[in-house]
Amino acid sequence: MRVISHVAVNVFKESVRDKVLYSLVGFATLLIAASYLIGQLTAGQDVKIIKDLGLAAIATFGLLIAVFIGIGLVWKEVDRRSIYSLLAKPIRRHEFIVGKYVGLALTLLVNVAMMTVAFYAVLAYLNTQFPETVRAGWPAPATDPGMLRAIALIFIELLLVTAIALFFSTFSSPFLSAALTVGLWVIGHFNTDLRNFESVVESASGAYLARGLYYLLPNFAAFDIKTQVVHALPVPPSYLVTTTAYGLAYIALLLSAAVVIFERRDFK
Amino acid sequence: MTWRAVLLFAILIGSVVGLQALHERQGGPLAAPAANVLYVRSPEAMARLALSYDTLLADIYWIRAVQHFGGSRLSTDSNRQFDLLYPLLDLATSLDPRFDVAYYFGSIFLAEPPPGGPGRPDLAIALLEKGLRAQPDKWEFVQSIGFVHYWWLEDYEQAAAWFRRAAAFPNAPFWMAPLAATTLAEGGNRQSSRLLWQQIARSAEDERFRNEALRRLRQLDAMDQLDRLRAIAALFRERHGSWPAGWGDVIRAGYLPGTPVDPTGAPYRLESGVVTLDRESRLSPLPREPQRIR
Repeated sequence: MRVISHVAVNVFKESVRDKVLYSLVGFATLLIAASYLIGQLTAGQDVKIIKDLGLAAIATFGLLIAVFIGIGLVWKEVDRRSIYSLLAKPIRRHEFIVGKYVGLALTLLVNVAMMTVAFYAVLAYLNTQFPETVRAGWPAPATDPGMLRAIALIFIELLLVTAIALFFSTFSSPFLSAALTVGLWVIGHFNTDLRNFESVVESASGAYLARGLYYLLPNFAAFDIKTQVVHALPVPPSYLVTTTAYGLAYIALLLSAAVVIFERRDFK
Repeated sequence: MTWRAVLLFAILIGSVVGLQALHERQGGPLAAPAANVLYVRSPEAMARLALSYDTLLADIYWIRAVQHFGGSRLSTDSNRQFDLLYPLLDLATSLDPRFDVAYYFGSIFLAEPPPGGPGRPDLAIALLEKGLRAQPDKWEFVQSIGFVHYWWLEDYEQAAAWFRRAAAFPNAPFWMAPLAATTLAEGGNRQSSRLLWQQIARSAEDERFRNEALRRLRQLDAMDQLDRLRAIAALFRERHGSWPAGWGDVIRAGYLPGTPVDPTGAPYRLESGVVTLDRESRLSPLPREPQRIR
């Protein structure tokens, strides 16, 4: 456990050195600029638009970090040949993989947490710009804590993307890993279409294949409850629990696969 | 950084800015400004392409719809078009079916008659019906459909039927049923229009709606005032044998104490006996007077 935490802390420090946290400045600038501009560009719904934009930006900034750092987690060590000195130390390969993953997860956690603070700060400011009569017409308060549920699922989604990127990073080049990770993320949003594939094809085998892929591929659409929280629609706690459990199980699967592949790699 | 580097940067930045200014002076890009283009019109296709950004894309299409309506409305081009308005609203409301403001404002934009709008009350009703399908418990959509029938189609029977339907909703306000009855009995007169706008001003959740309803009420006030001023001009002609040339004639004759102003403070115009609203007034143009129920 100590070894894993050492590796994780090093990954976090490296991401800070790589100026990953600068993304927070970009996020804050985007939200502040948007909150000023939206009022000039549209007719009503400023707070709804800032909520949509803020949640989408948290997901996008996190996705970029998860993909572009995740794909280099293992590859970088191999490319720099620092893997030899690392594996010569008392670090077992699975500890190396899990440590790398936890380190990036920690970076993402800090990023998402700070973006959430900035997001709520901008919403709290916007809240003061509208009279009570206008606020009464909103489906939810500007600083509705219910939005944290969407942010929590975004975070689980980012952990899953990181696990996918790390998995590919154990055996392929960064370019290929990025392409495969983003490809899986995109396909994961078309999951419902795979489920209903039988209604558009006549071939029974094609329908079975699509149904199989539906169960096998990661269902990223399940993590998206942004619309529900922005419109203050009910999200059953059981849905949150099931989706979180699904995400964690998938992450465990991918990390296990990454460990198995990495254990078998020959670095001689 | 040495002074040479600073000088080099200053020269290069100056060159870029200078050349851009020259470029602009020569008329800008050679290609004609791109016409309004909407590459994806299918809401189903866009919903798929949106991945998890459907609500954000809905916001972007809504902003485009507002900009398209505002830009076309303010355009000086005599052939101004609102072609993209409905497709943009359709996309926005398909990507976010609970985008209430897009339904409400969108229907107002669509129903607005030319030259200020596309004059498509049919599409306004289609948009509101789409909203009603997405949220069948919203009596406000039903009321708005009745409103389009009342104000733009001047079909008071249909309007009354929709108001009655809205009144049947368990959460509908108490005044909806009397409004349906008044519409059926007196639809088209200015008083029933006033009642309709008063109720909208009272029940509107969005301040912009409320302000729009208040503007419409002021327009009705202005229409009443115009009637009185026209009567004064006619009286002047009857007694003096000619139309007043301007308000000065009317004031000197003692019919008015001063230049009359509309509810926003803009002076009414009087030219050759014709009394009109000032074109610069925030109430201009006045709506066409609804016909009394037949």
